[in-house]
Amino acid sequence: MKKLINDVEKAVEESLSGLVKAHADLIKLHPSVRAVLRVDSPKEKVAIISGGGSGHEPMHTGYVGYGMLDAACPGEIFTSPTPDQMYEAAKAVNGGKGILFIVKNYSGDIMNFQMAADMLAAEGIPVEQVIINDDVAVENSLYTAGRRGVGGTVLAEKIVGAKAEKGGSLEEVKSLCERVNANVRSMGMALTPCTVPAAGKPTFELGPDEIEIGIGIHGEPGRHRMKLKPAREIVEMLATAIVDDLPFKAGDEVLAFVNGMGGTPLSELYIVYNDLSNFLEKKGIKIVRNLVGNYITSLEMQGCSITLLRLDDEMKQLWDAPVCTPGLRWGM
Amino acid sequence: MDNEHLDVTKAVAIIENIKEIIDANKEFLTRLDSAIGDADHGINMSRGFTKALEKVRSNQYNDIGAVFKDVAMTLMSTVGGAAGPLYGTFFMRASMKLSGHQEADLALLAQAFREGLQGVVALGKAQLGDKTMVDALTPAIEALEAAAKQGLPLKEGLKRALAMAEKGMNDTIPLVARKGRASYLGERSAGHQDPGATSSYLILKAFCEALGV
Repeated sequence: MKKLINDVEKAVEESLSGLVKAHADLIKLHPSVRAVLRVDSPKEKVAIISGGGSGHEPMHTGYVGYGMLDAACPGEIFTSPTPDQMYEAAKAVNGGKGILFIVKNYSGDIMNFQMAADMLAAEGIPVEQVIINDDVAVENSLYTAGRRGVGGTVLAEKIVGAKAEKGGSLEEVKSLCERVNANVRSMGMALTPCTVPAAGKPTFELGPDEIEIGIGIHGEPGRHRMKLKPAREIVEMLATAIVDDLPFKAGDEVLAFVNGMGGTPLSELYIVYNDLSNFLEKKGIKIVRNLVGNYITSLEMQGCSITLLRLDDEMKQLWDAPVCTPGLRWGM
Repeated sequence: MDNEHLDVTKAVAIIENIKEIIDANKEFLTRLDSAIGDADHGINMSRGFTKALEKVRSNQYNDIGAVFKDVAMTLMSTVGGAAGPLYGTFFMRASMKLSGHQEADLALLAQAFREGLQGVVALGKAQLGDKTMVDALTPAIEALEAAAKQGLPLKEGLKRALAMAEKGMNDTIPLVARKGRASYLGERSAGHQDPGATSSYLILKAFCEALGV
């Protein structure tokens, strides 16, 4: 294993420490639990909190700041955070208008956030949760833990964060988040596996000419494996699954999000975007907003995911609204 | 202190032995988890029981429920993943049954474990055969209850429970996972031993060994 770390046990802690030093104008660490908070919290607004395993940076810690999250609770690498983190973070950023947890659909995340929500509710703090489950790669959601939360989470955090910043109530913010989740679909693929520092070895093996389709973001293998193909064919495979699922129709206005898994150069992500844009044009689906880059990663994995969000006017406005976080910044 | 009861001293010895055995199997559990999960189970369990042991060693107890309650709270706040809440809940619910007791016989222990399992099922929603820790725990606890009903000695009951846990663990190999991260693999999860069922077996094994079974 070749990594820029000092101590496997301290990799998450030291990385967080660097993050808050680099962005001290925006974020700070909670004094007692592992949570990243906005420097200006609490504000008189609904507090938006997310969290999950580390290793997906910039998600979620890089999305704390104006117009997005109030707090993020990172777990160990690819491991859910614990209830005390969300509980303490919520108390620290609670501005009196309630708390919304944005949770990705993984068994561990669900259980830990639920326990934190129960603890907060027991103290009379209004708390709601929205579970993001946009991964169409999980075909049979009846006999699995259900569709995973992937790229749609980044878009939900941005749009919902903007709504909260504009003074939306807990109920409004929650229902908007559900609307985003209902209109977003994603699917990913990997060219290589990744290595969790504490494990020291890649989480699965892929032959030199093999790719894994329907990959998750935790180094877990995907749905099936195949020989490497040209980018255009891979994009077509992912985009077809996404478009057919919602389904996206001719005339729909979408936000197209091409995400890198961490180890793929931006130049290749633009090839993917180019192919995606051509594919959608043929279908009559209009890209009106886009995001291309490494936003929800899986350590140093090579690969990408595609996310499409069907936009309505409110979502468009909120996407364009100013945001100032370490990971996303525009309009201010 | 006798051979027919679990007491506070033995309870602490059990936690020490769980920590030892989980540490010794840390890489094994992580290897199982990397086949069908996300390669962190051994690491997380080892971190949790290391902290749990530190906690129980730093306290004095005169109630076995209190020992397991401290273990539960520590696991919930240090393990993470699904294993943290699930094992935390198992020990928490078991500790509620053992609360106020300085010692437990086979019947009380069986009741405490049953409570723990019910907590796990309520939280994780897994059924028998979903390829989870429930597959090792369920037959073990049934064996414990049957032994208690027959009035068997504590050690004999635990010995039977351990054998059933081992069988339940091995029986997860051909199963297709329906809960947790392994479920995303669909049919590809078959042929692999479930890491959660394995850690449950190892915990029970450590429990038995500490009591001289």
